[in-house]
Amino acid sequence: MAAFRIPKGIPVSKVLLNKEDIGRIITRMAHEIIEKNKGVSSLCLIGIQRGGVHLAGRLAARLEEIGRRNIPVGALDIALYRDDITVRKEQPVVRRTEVAFEINNEKVVLVDDVLFTGRSIRAAMDAVMDLGRPSAIQLAVLVDRGHRELPIKADFVGKNVPTSIDETVKVEFEEDGLEDRVVLEWV
Amino acid sequence: MGLKSKDLVGIKALDAADIEQILDTAAGFKDVLGRDIKKVPALRGKTTVNLFYEPSTRTRTSFELAAKRLSTDVINFSVSTSSVVKGESLRDTALTIQALGADFIVVRHSCSGVAHFLADNLASSVLNAGDGTNEHPTQALLDLFTIREKKGVIRGLEVAIVGDILHSRVAKSNIYALKKMGAGVRLIGPPTLVPDVLKDLDVEIYSDMEKGLKDADIVMMLRIQVERQGKGFFPTTVEYFRNWGLTPERLARAKKSALVMHPGPMNRGVEIASDVADGMRSVILDQVTNGLAVRMAVLYLLAGVKE
Amino acid sequence: MKIVIKNGRVIDPSQGIDGVCDLVIEDGKIKEVKSEKSKGKSQGHENSRGTKEIDASGKLVFPGLVDLHVHLREPGYEYKETIRTGTAAAVKGGITSVCCMPNTNPVNDNSSVTEFILKKAASEGACRVFPIGAITKGQKGEELAEMSIMHEAGCIAFSDDGRPVVDSLMMRRAMEYSRILKVPLISHCEDLALSAGGVMHEGLLSVTLGLKGIPSQAEEVMVARDIALAELTGGRLHIAHVSTGGSVALIRSAKKRGIADITAETCPHYFSITEEAVGNYDANAKVNPPLRSRKDVEAIKRGLSDGTIDVIATDHAPHHRDEKLGEFDFAPSGISGLETSLGLSMRLVDEGVLTYSGLVEKMALRPSGIIGIDRGTLRPGAEADVVVVDCAGECKVDAGEFLSKGKNTPFDGWTLSAKAVLTISLGRIHEWE
Repeated sequence: MAAFRIPKGIPVSKVLLNKEDIGRIITRMAHEIIEKNKGVSSLCLIGIQRGGVHLAGRLAARLEEIGRRNIPVGALDIALYRDDITVRKEQPVVRRTEVAFEINNEKVVLVDDVLFTGRSIRAAMDAVMDLGRPSAIQLAVLVDRGHRELPIKADFVGKNVPTSIDETVKVEFEEDGLEDRVVLEWV
Repeated sequence: MGLKSKDLVGIKALDAADIEQILDTAAGFKDVLGRDIKKVPALRGKTTVNLFYEPSTRTRTSFELAAKRLSTDVINFSVSTSSVVKGESLRDTALTIQALGADFIVVRHSCSGVAHFLADNLASSVLNAGDGTNEHPTQALLDLFTIREKKGVIRGLEVAIVGDILHSRVAKSNIYALKKMGAGVRLIGPPTLVPDVLKDLDVEIYSDMEKGLKDADIVMMLRIQVERQGKGFFPTTVEYFRNWGLTPERLARAKKSALVMHPGPMNRGVEIASDVADGMRSVILDQVTNGLAVRMAVLYLLAGVKE
Repeated sequence: MKIVIKNGRVIDPSQGIDGVCDLVIEDGKIKEVKSEKSKGKSQGHENSRGTKEIDASGKLVFPGLVDLHVHLREPGYEYKETIRTGTAAAVKGGITSVCCMPNTNPVNDNSSVTEFILKKAASEGACRVFPIGAITKGQKGEELAEMSIMHEAGCIAFSDDGRPVVDSLMMRRAMEYSRILKVPLISHCEDLALSAGGVMHEGLLSVTLGLKGIPSQAEEVMVARDIALAELTGGRLHIAHVSTGGSVALIRSAKKRGIADITAETCPHYFSITEEAVGNYDANAKVNPPLRSRKDVEAIKRGLSDGTIDVIATDHAPHHRDEKLGEFDFAPSGISGLETSLGLSMRLVDEGVLTYSGLVEKMALRPSGIIGIDRGTLRPGAEADVVVVDCAGECKVDAGEFLSKGKNTPFDGWTLSAKAVLTISLGRIHEWE
C-alpha cells in the first residue's frame, strides 16, 4: 500500500469546531455553570486576555438570557504574573486588566480559550487573588488539549481534544475580525 | 515587544515607536497602582541598585517604589559627590555593584555622560535617573504620559518650556521626546539660560514670556537653581520672577485648556506663583503618580531585552 | 661611517630640493644630496667598505621633523610618559627634535630642572630634546622665572603652556624682558573666565551632550591681547595650538600689518577632526583647546596653506589609561600625538592644502628657525636627522602599539596612508616594517 506522505515543513490544519459547534458548546457550558452553581447569583466571569475575554463575553450573554440577571464580566491580563518572564526572549505585552466590580465573596469563573500546560491558569489565579478574595474560583475553557504541567483541572470543558505536543490549537473569533472556529495545526 | 537596547540612557537613543510602547505599557501599570494590592510578581528574584551620586529624594523614591512594586529587591547605594574625585573610580564602583548581581542599575550623577559610560561598561541594564545637564529620560516619559492622559494626543500640541533650559536635563529630554512625538516646542527664558543654538532642533525661542505662552497647550515650568543668581545668569530671583515667573495673568495668555506642569521640587514665588501651582490646571501631582507607572514600565520592558 | 639613502624623493625646502636623489651621510652629518645627473660620475667609488646603503625607491626622504610642542611629563608624571618613552615615540613618528613643555613637577622654571631634563635626554633619549622654560615661577603668572639663566642652561623658548599668563601686565613684562634673549614666548591663549569649567567646544553639540562648552572666543580674546602686546613690546610671540577660524583671521591681519614678530602653530587634531569626535563622551577626544567645528577645520587649513600658520606641532599630551576612563568632566585634556602627526599631516598633501615642501617647512624647517636651531634641513654639514616616509601603503593606527605610554588618541583604528619607515636620529638608524 502506497503511504500518503505530507511534505515536511508545510503546516497542515484541520478544523475541530466551526461556528455552529462553538455556539452549541457555549450554550451547553452556560447551562453547566448554572447547574453547578445552582443559579447565577453572586457569579462573575473573568476572561483571560485575549481569547478568554471574547469567550467570557459570549458566555455571559448566554447566562444572562437563561438566568435573567446581569452577570459582571471582566478582563484579566496575566503578563505580570507569568512564570516565564525571565526566560522568554521578549516581554509579553502588558494589556489592560479591567475588573470593574468587587470580587470579594463572589464566585469567579475564569474563562480561557485553550487549556494546555496550566501555567496561564496558575498565573491567572494569582492575579485574581491580588484583586480580592473570591469565595471560589472555577475554570471554564473552550478546548482542553491535555499536556498539563501543573495539577490544574477545568470545571467546564467545551471539548476535549487529544493532541500531540508539537501540534497547536488555534481559536479564532469574530471579535477579532475572523470566522468563529477552532483549528488544529501541525507541521 | 521590547526595547532595542538593554539600557535607558536617554531619549536621544529612542524612536517614536519605543516611546509609544513605553507609554502604552505604563498605562497597564497605572491600573495596577489603582488597586488595593499594588505589587505584581513580574520581576521577582531580580535586583535593582539605585546608584546615586547626587542627593535626590523624589526620583530615588519613585524608582525604589517602582522596582519594589515589580517585586525586585532594591538596594540604595549613595555616594557623596565629594568622594567621587578622590575615592573609588566610577568604573570600579559600578563593576562592584554588578558583581553583587544587580540586574538593573539606576544611576544619577552630576556629570553628563555617566549613564552612557556605565551602559557601555556593564552587562546590567542601566537606567539614567539624571546625568549632569544631559538627560533625565524617565521624567520626560512621565511628562509625555501625563500629557497623553489628559489631552489624548501629543502630536500637534504646542508645549512651552520655561526656565533654565541650558542646565536642565529635564528640558533636554522633553525637547527630544516632544519633537519625536510631533509636538511643537517653545523655549522661554533669559538668553543666558536659553542658548540660541537650540534653534537648530526646530524649536522656537522666546525671551518674552507673554509672547511665548500665547495659545500654548502645555506650560512646563522648570526649577530655577537659586545658586545661579549672582553668577550672572540673572540678577536676582525677584527680577527672575518678574520676567519669567508663571502668574495667573501670564497663564491667561495660554489656551484656556492649558495644563501646567513642573518636575518638582518647586520654588514657589521664584518660577511659579502658588495660585498657579495649586490651581485647577496644575497636573503636578499627577506627574508624580505617573512617574511610578512609567518607571515600572521601563524596568519591565528592559527586563525583556536579552543581549 | 657612511650611509647612503638611495633613490628616494628628497624634499628639502631649505635648499629648494624636491626630486629623486641619493642622500649621503658621513660621521653623523649630511655630506651631500646627489641628484640624478651628478650620480653617474662618482658611481665607481661607491662600494667602499663601511657604507650602509638604504634603498628608498618610491619613498620620500625628509629632514627629521622638529616638534615645537610636546609634553614629556618627566620629571614628576613618569606614569604618563618619560623622556625615554616620549623620545622613542617621537622617533617612531619621524620626529628627531622635540621641544618639551615646562609643566612638569617640579615645573621647569629654573636651570636645575632644565639640566636634569637635558641630562636625562642625553642618556636615555632617542632624539634631541630642547626644553622650554616657564615664563613665570611655578607657572603661577606672578613672578618672572630666571629666563636668561635657563636660556644658558639650554631652554630655547619660554611658555606657561597648560595655562595662559592671565595678568596682561605680567605678559607685557615677559615679552619685553625676553627681547634680551631673542627667544619666542609661546603663548597658550585662553581666557580662563570664558572657558571656566568647559570641557568641549561650545555649540549645539555641547548643549545636547550636557557638557560645558568653551567658546571659540575664549581663545580669540587672548590671541588678540597677545598680538596687541607683541605690537606694544616688540617681543617675539609664538601662538600655540591655534584651533579656531577667528584666531587664524586675527593672526593673518596682524601679519599683514607687519608690526609684530608673530608666528603660530596648529596641531594635527585641529585640521583632522571636529567636535563630533567627542561622540558619546569619548574622553580621548577631550583636548584643550577643544576640537572645533567643521568651519574652523576649514579655516585652519586655509591658514596653513596661505602661510598664516607657520608650524604643525603635536601638543603631544600623554595620559594614563585610567585617567581617561570614567567621567568625561574629570578626564584630563590631551591627545597622544607623536605617532600620528606625520600620517595625519600627510593628508594635507593628499587634499592639496600643502605641497611636500610646504609640509616639511611646517614640520621641520620653520620650527627650527623659530627656536634658532640648525635642524630641519638636509644642507651639507647639518646634523643627520632624516626620516624616510612610505606613502604608498596603508597603515592602521593601533594605540596599543604606541611606544608612548599615552594611548589616548581619538585616531585609534584610523587608516592613514603614510608613515615613517626609517628615522635617523642621534646617529642611530631606526627601522620599522
